[in-house]
Amino acid sequence: MEIEEVKDREEREPEELLHIEHLSVSFEQYQGGMEKGDLQVIRDLNVTIRKGEITAVVGASGSGKSLLAHAVLGILPYNATRRGKINYRGQELTQEREAKLRGREIVLVPQSIGFLDPLMKIGPQIRKGKKDKASRKRVDAILKGYSLKPEVGELYPFELSGGMNRRVLVSTALMETPRLVIADEPTPGLEMKLARRVMEHFRELADQGAGVLLITHDLELAMETADWIVVFYGGTTLEEARASDFQEEKLLRHPYTRALWRAMPQNGFAAIPGTQPYAAHMPTGCPFGPRCSRCTEECLQPVPWKEIRGGRVRCAHTEE
Amino acid sequence: MLLEARDITFCYDKNNRKILENFHLQVESQERVGLVAPSGFGKTTLCKILAGYEQPEGGEVLLDGRPLSSYGRYCPVQMIWQHPEQVINPRLRMKAVLEEGDQVEERIVGELGIEPEWLSRYPGELSGGELQRFCIARALGKRTRFLLADEISTMLDLITQSQIWGFLMEECTRRGIGLVAVSHSQPLLERVCTRIQSL
Amino acid sequence: MKKSFLGWNGRKRTFVLFTLALVLLGVVTLWGQLGAEKALETDFSRKDLAPCLAYPFGTDWMGRDMFLRTLTGLSMSIRIGLLAAGVSALVAVVLGTAAATLGRRVDSVITWVIDLVMGIPHILLLILISYACGRGFRGVVTGVALTHWTSLARVMRGEVLQLKEAPYIQMAEKLGTKRLAIIRKHMLPHLFPQFLVGLILMFPHAILHEASITFLGFGLSPEQPAIGVILSESMKYLAMGKWWLALFPGLLLVLTVVLFDVAGESLRRLLDPGSAHV
Repeated sequence: MEIEEVKDREEREPEELLHIEHLSVSFEQYQGGMEKGDLQVIRDLNVTIRKGEITAVVGASGSGKSLLAHAVLGILPYNATRRGKINYRGQELTQEREAKLRGREIVLVPQSIGFLDPLMKIGPQIRKGKKDKASRKRVDAILKGYSLKPEVGELYPFELSGGMNRRVLVSTALMETPRLVIADEPTPGLEMKLARRVMEHFRELADQGAGVLLITHDLELAMETADWIVVFYGGTTLEEARASDFQEEKLLRHPYTRALWRAMPQNGFAAIPGTQPYAAHMPTGCPFGPRCSRCTEECLQPVPWKEIRGGRVRCAHTEE
Repeated sequence: MLLEARDITFCYDKNNRKILENFHLQVESQERVGLVAPSGFGKTTLCKILAGYEQPEGGEVLLDGRPLSSYGRYCPVQMIWQHPEQVINPRLRMKAVLEEGDQVEERIVGELGIEPEWLSRYPGELSGGELQRFCIARALGKRTRFLLADEISTMLDLITQSQIWGFLMEECTRRGIGLVAVSHSQPLLERVCTRIQSL
Repeated sequence: MKKSFLGWNGRKRTFVLFTLALVLLGVVTLWGQLGAEKALETDFSRKDLAPCLAYPFGTDWMGRDMFLRTLTGLSMSIRIGLLAAGVSALVAVVLGTAAATLGRRVDSVITWVIDLVMGIPHILLLILISYACGRGFRGVVTGVALTHWTSLARVMRGEVLQLKEAPYIQMAEKLGTKRLAIIRKHMLPHLFPQFLVGLILMFPHAILHEASITFLGFGLSPEQPAIGVILSESMKYLAMGKWWLALFPGLLLVLTVVLFDVAGESLRRLLDPGSAHV
């Protein structure tokens, strides 16, 4: 009876775990002297994370990737304002709900190893202070999974290398059984083999039913592990594609995504000129417009979404 | 010119395990050498030793047979760090940051895609990729002979990465600057380097 | 969005608060200076008056105007505080920087002295030094200056130590920047705000300590219209119901201390990057 009820509930639950629509984040800042202004860093951002899948968000630094994570976790800085809709498991994710779920159902694997407590040994840090036998066992198992010796649990973060600390960061998220894992750049500084191992762990979490939001600039890694790849640029979503679309350039939809693809060392290492515009000077239309060879009149206005080949794109020129 | 690491041994603590032991490396001016190593190897430490930030426990770093310290105040071996925001004083405007370099040519600033408007900004108002361009320009002063790139594009997006490396390859060839690149990305090193050494 | 007073934003409010505190303190100092002569005037025809319109703080047993006496006393206190805190802050910067830059031996000596001075109760050390220097203006200033530098010195030492390890400063060395240029361009701009805030927050301490040792009779001489003297004299008359002799000078002393504190705190808020956008 009880089991059936649980099963029933699980079935009724929407497949979409996290749905973000028209998210915008702006910062109140002083500009030089005494005048205050608003700096809009994210505008009209859309992401969907499904249960049991890994969704990778890729984009340049300053595209708003990390802020997205902070917005979902409710840990934006004090001078930031969030607008738009974030739905978690079918219900609006309010500030109170964020605070309640954070660290339990929604966990963050942070970007910087500065998030580790420098005065706490690795073991207790992963256990989050729990002292029971089961937790200790679990820590040992997790360390082993990352080819770290059990003795590492007795060391302090400064005694480990950058790469080892990074593995510790990932393992802190594994102590709980989260529904939504947000990983903010979990792999820079890791060699490919270890990065892949970290990704395998995320895949395991997804297989157990969790949704994973992987924030990265490493397109190669995203292609290998993610189910969906969402491309950010200048604080906006430009494209949502299946990871398999990245096998071939012609399957991709947005000119920026194609430029990214061509810039990969194994795909030609070709660079287009220019840089992402600064948040204060963002064009009203497509943010990629100033660097795009196909930019026309239409691109200067906000560009609507188009559904193409099972993905979505915000480009006036992409055809079926 | 020849940059040479001879018999380098390094450990952070007297009784701790050695990070580097009897390490050898030779890099010619015309070369671009890629270093691949497992994480925890001490790649950053190695770069710091090669650029004179750290003194090794044993062995020496020689430039054309002379120790680095004999080259005067400006170090001809310049290192570019993984995190540009750490090596830029947050209270200086970017123009002043650039002026820290050794008479950096206008041409370099332009070719790196640094826009004139950025010069009046503070580091906090630029992205990591933009800051890294400044760090690279600053390191390419007149007296620079060798460049050490420690995971310089790890935190950058693909387009910025290829822009920066495209520029560096051309600049190093043009001026005969030797390059040592550390990265965990094999395909990147294969693109950039003339020789790859596994550690 | 919150509506704020006059539509001012946080930074404007803080700035106005800071300026207001400084202006008030300036007015007290000047007024006290200008009224110094009149504060000494005795007039037995008006002795022991309770506060009224003509004498807002009343008069004492010699018919002296307590309002002017208080202002003069405060102005003296502020000047002593300024001088003592200034000297103290200078000592703190020199010793703190020296500890951080001149090698391990100098560091351990300076750290030891800091611990030593901090270990002795402030007031005791102050009295000793002031007494040894012959009390009076010089004694008080020397005493306060020599006892108040420790915590700021410790902060400065920590900051310089941390700065020395900062990658951007190591980088500057490798780029051939001269030592002095590194100090001027990279270190001072970072240290100055901390120094300034430390200095301003040191004033209230200096003033309170000046008042207390004068009160105890180890500071300024009884002829001088210092707050400590006023308070200790009024003690005798309190039992006779002359409450105004102690109340107003005491309140004004507290107000001065609070004003300095407000000025220091608001300056810190303006300069601290952690709250720069409030």
